[in-house]
Amino acid sequence: MAETLRVCALYPDLMNIYADRGNLLLLQRRCAWRGIGFELTASGLGEPLDGDGADLFYIGGGQDRDQRLCAFDLAEVKREGLHAAAERGAAVLAVCGGYQLLGRSYELGDETLPGVGLVDLHTVRSDAPRLIGNIAIEVNLGERAGGVRVLAGFENHGGRTHLGPAAQPLGRVLKGHGNNGEDGFEGIRQRNVIGTYMHGPLLPKNAWLADWLIATALGRDAPLPPLDDAFEAAAHVEARRAAGA
Amino acid sequence: MTGLGPKIAAARAVGTVARVAGRGGGTSLPGKVLMRLEPHAIRDLARRLPQGSIAISATNGKTTSAAMVAAVLERRGTRLVHNRAGANMAGGIASTLLGAARGSGIAGELGLFEIDEFWLGQLTDELEPQALLLGNLFRDQLDRYGELETIADRWAEIVAARGERTQLVLNADDPLIADLGRTQPRVTYFGVEDDTMAMPEMQHASDSKHCRRCGHAYAYDAVYMGHLGRYRCPNCGQRRPQPDVVAEHVELLGTRGARFQLRVTGGPQAGTATVELPLPGLYNVYNALGAAALCLALGVPLAEVVAGLEHVAAAFGRAETIDLGDRSLSILLIKNPAGANEVLRTVALESGEIDLLAVLNDNIADGRDVSWVWDADFEILAGRVRRVTCAGTRAAELALRLKYAGVDAARIAVVPDLRAALDVARDDGDGTLYAMPTYTALLALRDLLSSRGLAPEYWR
Repeated sequence: MAETLRVCALYPDLMNIYADRGNLLLLQRRCAWRGIGFELTASGLGEPLDGDGADLFYIGGGQDRDQRLCAFDLAEVKREGLHAAAERGAAVLAVCGGYQLLGRSYELGDETLPGVGLVDLHTVRSDAPRLIGNIAIEVNLGERAGGVRVLAGFENHGGRTHLGPAAQPLGRVLKGHGNNGEDGFEGIRQRNVIGTYMHGPLLPKNAWLADWLIATALGRDAPLPPLDDAFEAAAHVEARRAAGA
Repeated sequence: MTGLGPKIAAARAVGTVARVAGRGGGTSLPGKVLMRLEPHAIRDLARRLPQGSIAISATNGKTTSAAMVAAVLERRGTRLVHNRAGANMAGGIASTLLGAARGSGIAGELGLFEIDEFWLGQLTDELEPQALLLGNLFRDQLDRYGELETIADRWAEIVAARGERTQLVLNADDPLIADLGRTQPRVTYFGVEDDTMAMPEMQHASDSKHCRRCGHAYAYDAVYMGHLGRYRCPNCGQRRPQPDVVAEHVELLGTRGARFQLRVTGGPQAGTATVELPLPGLYNVYNALGAAALCLALGVPLAEVVAGLEHVAAAFGRAETIDLGDRSLSILLIKNPAGANEVLRTVALESGEIDLLAVLNDNIADGRDVSWVWDADFEILAGRVRRVTCAGTRAAELALRLKYAGVDAARIAVVPDLRAALDVARDDGDGTLYAMPTYTALLALRDLLSSRGLAPEYWR
């Protein structure tokens, strides 16, 4: 099996506030344990994105100032590459601050950050308290992911995200706030593009999603061979318990 | 100030009731009650101190830096009013002052207060400190404190509001801290100058890598820990200020201690001296440097600063060693990536394989969000662990982190209950057992050891 998962992390120096490297580490180790190669590249400010250069594109969360820098770069320098990648079926995972940049725009009071326009959503910074806490949601990524499953993690966001009428949320909130604290939905999913407010980081607590992303990015139809996931399963249970789900 | 007396009496009565009800010592409850009755009680009581107050804040090292300052000043006979137990928000500081109040006076000459980063503005307004030591700012409990830049902006306003009235003591090696002194009239800087302490590359959890002035990435001539080091901005020319109080020729002596040359440039206290610090790790060298710079700024002679530092005892749970009978337990608090990295680096200085009891809780005082363990460099432990027992409300998350850090899963045990975990860890192996608890886990460990008669007297 000489296959290699090629992952490209966008702005890894700036968009990494909630331990985003934990997500990348899960992908790396779970590939290695299965004999799948793993190649990690980075795309920083000012660097155009090669849409064919990776199978999975990752963008994490950042501080306000850094997120602002990345928003303009994403919209001006990387738009074409990221759209091309999504269109050919590459996987995209955007978490928290990165998720907010996937859509049309992010309104921050007197300023509006551009989105990269990959999905139909917009976000508005609220003066109300930030939405903070443990969260669990119910998702269905299809049969290959095992049907209806739960994702558990942590959310911490001031923005309220609203999906367009045709957009599909990632899941339904079991416990927590989700996109906007009102409509009971969390995240977005459009084919192989996933955006979510869930960090914690997300993949260690939900190893099944890491495996789904690896399989999807590699274009596999069958699930990956199982691993000894005793600690992974226990951490998932703990995270669900913390959320009260 | 009319009427403070009866309010003090009422607040003390609440404290007595709380103690009788088994709420334990060090509670901030009486202080909170006093603040309810008299919102400016801290100001009124602090003004009774004939030498005023000094204050310390930082993400990491507040409690230890304050213990070091206390060790120096108390050896000289200064009577301190000090929130020694680490209750560092308004209620805790009010409780400390309340405990020292005597009639219309106060039992102490100088106030020494460590202050929570978030409460610094409100408490400097009340305490009006004559000197303020600011040690570092690291990523910590984002669910509670918010972003680092936001805290730095708030601190800049606090420092500007103090102006001439407060002597600032700032860490030159932390760009976020050093920047606070750029336009201030009274600043002493401290820093490390030792290339042997530099790391080959920046740690993952480094926070402030970009210039506070222009946003360009800093260039580092040396990185000592996190984003601390010798830096400059290639774009706008902003650079690390030249420190007045310097640590050089640093030697890290495992988990036992550290040795360094303390050099003071300029002024009547100029000179050098060797410090044999009984606390380990480069992070404690930084704590000692800050404490030394603060004491020197207060006019303490260099020799007395060194003598005090050499007699400091570990603060509660900060590299403290407890005798368990058949083996010893060395307790090192971990609470955020930067602090945990320094603890991990220090433990890794020991030779051979290491036995660990790692405890991760997600209570409010720990931060509900445990994602920070994925930012800390547990990779340092890969290949170094003989046995690690993971405990706490998020024991499995920590076990998972260690597994992905490269620790052999067969060497990792998950025992969420702390009591059972301590027994399992103690009974497997000999020599030193290293405990790495988060904050509420540290408190629970203290209670557990106390109940077994193993805790030092001052804990009770």
